[in-house]
Amino acid sequence: MFDNLSNKLDRAFKTLKGQGSITEINVAQTIKEVRRALVDADVNYKVAKTVTDKIKDEAMGRDVLIAVSPGQLMVKIVYEELTQLMGGEKQDINLKGDPAIILIAGLQGSGKTTFTGKLANHIKKQGRSVLVAACDVYRPAAINQLQVLAEQVGVEAYTEMENKNPVQIALNAIEHARKTHKKVVIIDTAGRLAVDEAMMKEIAEIKAAVKPTETLFVVDSMTGQDAVNTAKTFNERINFDGVVLTKLDGDSRGGAALSIRAVVEKPIKFISTGEKMEALDLFYPDRMAQRILGMGDVISLVERA
Amino acid sequence: EKTKTSFFGQLNKAVMGKSTVDVEVLDELEEILVHADVGVETTVKIIDRIEKRVARDKYVNTSELDRILREEIAALLEENRAGDGANFDLPANTKPYVIMVVGVNGVGKTTTIGKLAAQFHKAGKKVVLGAADTFRAAAVDQLIIWGDRVGVPVISHGMNTDPASVAYDAVKKGVEMDADVVIIDTAGRLHNKVGLMNELAKIKRVMEKVIPVAPHEVLLVLDGSTGQNALIQAREFTKATDVTALAITKLDGTAKGGVVIGISDEFKIPVKYIGVGEKIEDLQLFDKQQFVESFFSRK
Ligand SMILES: Nc1nc2c(ncn2[C@@H]2O[C@H](COP(=O)(O)OP(=O)(O)OP(=O)(O)O)[C@@H](O)[C@H]2O)c(=O)[nH]1
Ligand SMILES: Nc1nc2c(ncn2[C@@H]2O[C@H](COP(=O)(O)OP(=O)(O)OP(=O)(O)O)[C@@H](O)[C@H]2O)c(=O)[nH]1
Ligand SMILES: [Mg+2]
Ligand SMILES: [Mg+2]
Repeated sequence: MFDNLSNKLDRAFKTLKGQGSITEINVAQTIKEVRRALVDADVNYKVAKTVTDKIKDEAMGRDVLIAVSPGQLMVKIVYEELTQLMGGEKQDINLKGDPAIILIAGLQGSGKTTFTGKLANHIKKQGRSVLVAACDVYRPAAINQLQVLAEQVGVEAYTEMENKNPVQIALNAIEHARKTHKKVVIIDTAGRLAVDEAMMKEIAEIKAAVKPTETLFVVDSMTGQDAVNTAKTFNERINFDGVVLTKLDGDSRGGAALSIRAVVEKPIKFISTGEKMEALDLFYPDRMAQRILGMGDVISLVERA
Repeated sequence: EKTKTSFFGQLNKAVMGKSTVDVEVLDELEEILVHADVGVETTVKIIDRIEKRVARDKYVNTSELDRILREEIAALLEENRAGDGANFDLPANTKPYVIMVVGVNGVGKTTTIGKLAAQFHKAGKKVVLGAADTFRAAAVDQLIIWGDRVGVPVISHGMNTDPASVAYDAVKKGVEMDADVVIIDTAGRLHNKVGLMNELAKIKRVMEKVIPVAPHEVLLVLDGSTGQNALIQAREFTKATDVTALAITKLDGTAKGGVVIGISDEFKIPVKYIGVGEKIEDLQLFDKQQFVESFFSRK
């Protein structure tokens, strides 16, 4: 959609140059172009505004208009700004505790159960014993789903088919983990909307009861403008430690990554890139920035600028 | 503001003390549309149309804008084939009516099928479901539970079997049982996976062997919280399977699902159903007016 962002910007700058004088007003059109590009990548409108305001200051400071290709230099500035925004220090998940307890939460269908299986696989491969706990008591066959995945990766699944109380199941699972000397417990929970008060209360109760060492918020990378609302509310209720971005094997721009980062200031710790249990990766801010800007040739552009 | 406010109410900030539409008002409008995931291109299109009308009619005031906007947006939305009578009726003389349900992972296909089956069942129709998602962990179990809930049979060959042959058998069973409707669940797949998209075309072809015009309907399910990627989903699924109708799910949240305006306009596919919850009754027929209205209310 905007693989040609830099061309667009070049054009915008050309008209600018023709006018002779550089003012805030004529940079405005270019900034608007950048903002629209970000919004097209599903970056939240308000976040895009804040980001482009910063970019504007940066661009003015660097005298973009003198550059051979102001469009490319502009893209470079945008790219650097996005990378920085999503970056910061890389943080691993905290596996302290005996057992370490990891709580998984998020909207319906975002990929929680699949990620639970993947993370179990990942941790098991590091040589730690894992128990996954099936605390989604609502979705039809949610428990079976986790059981199947656990079997695939060769870890034990703790389930209580008749129990409808997720807090109890979670506590029982931890108890069971202690007895069987598991080092890590991963708790899969039901999908829930941020506006569903009863369900948000439930997840807060689960968190309060199990006192997780790590709480992860799982979000679909295809999410649009609403990512901000959801992340904010979940963060207010369960103060999560990190974000998992899923379905990045698709071709979404993934602007939600930027929005969430800007709004809740929590690191993205993992990305999910497929349905298979191995499809788990770490998050690289520079790659994500490239993706938001339209994949392609950002790097070479940046090098030339 | 907590309560539903009209578009006019929302625009108040921008138009305080103004009586005619100006740039500031249009900027505010852009923000509202973009916030609803309408997307830049479609938003610009809508604003252009409004600008033209404003220029033509000279003194459009902001309260008229409210009406004009609704009209312009509604114009981009394809007519729902179910018509304004809005019900879940199946077309007459097509028995069984075969619906194949497709979409990317986790959007709500299986759930929508459960709800849809319940609607038809309630209307006294004979329903058969086909469990052709043989891939995702416990997908067959999930559909069987829905089948039990509704009280309709589910045709399945178990996990890791050929989905096309499940679809074939389900349609065949539908014919044998003199069913009114057969609904086929398929595995979620991202549209950029060529092999999986070809598999959909194959499932479709196989059903044609039983009923030459089947499936009568290919329902593409879109997650209402999806952003601009939904446009590409619509494009690719349409290419692979000739999508005939859309369902938008999870509209019980704060997401607005505005991306379907552009989709409906570009691909001329009507939105038929919306999902508004996880319960069996949480499926509604799409109502243009109400949909557009929701953009201008903040939950
Ligand atoms: N392509 C792709 N599919 C994924 C990925 N992660 C999960 N999925 C698929 O997305 C769908 C939903 O995943 P689940 O793990 O069931 O999601 P969930 O959040 O547990 O869903 P609920 O429990 O219903 O809220 C399934 O079809 C998964 O196979 C991913 O990274 N890539
Ligand atoms: N709040 C809400 N949740 C929904 C709605 N429709 C479906 N869901 C939930 O979304 C999740 C995924 O639904 P599924 O029906 O399994 O989605 P699917 O498209 O069949 O998923 P895959 O087969 O894994 O690709 C489940 O937790 C559903 O309960 C809806 O309209 N509103
Ligand atoms: Mg789950
Ligand atoms: Mg399904």
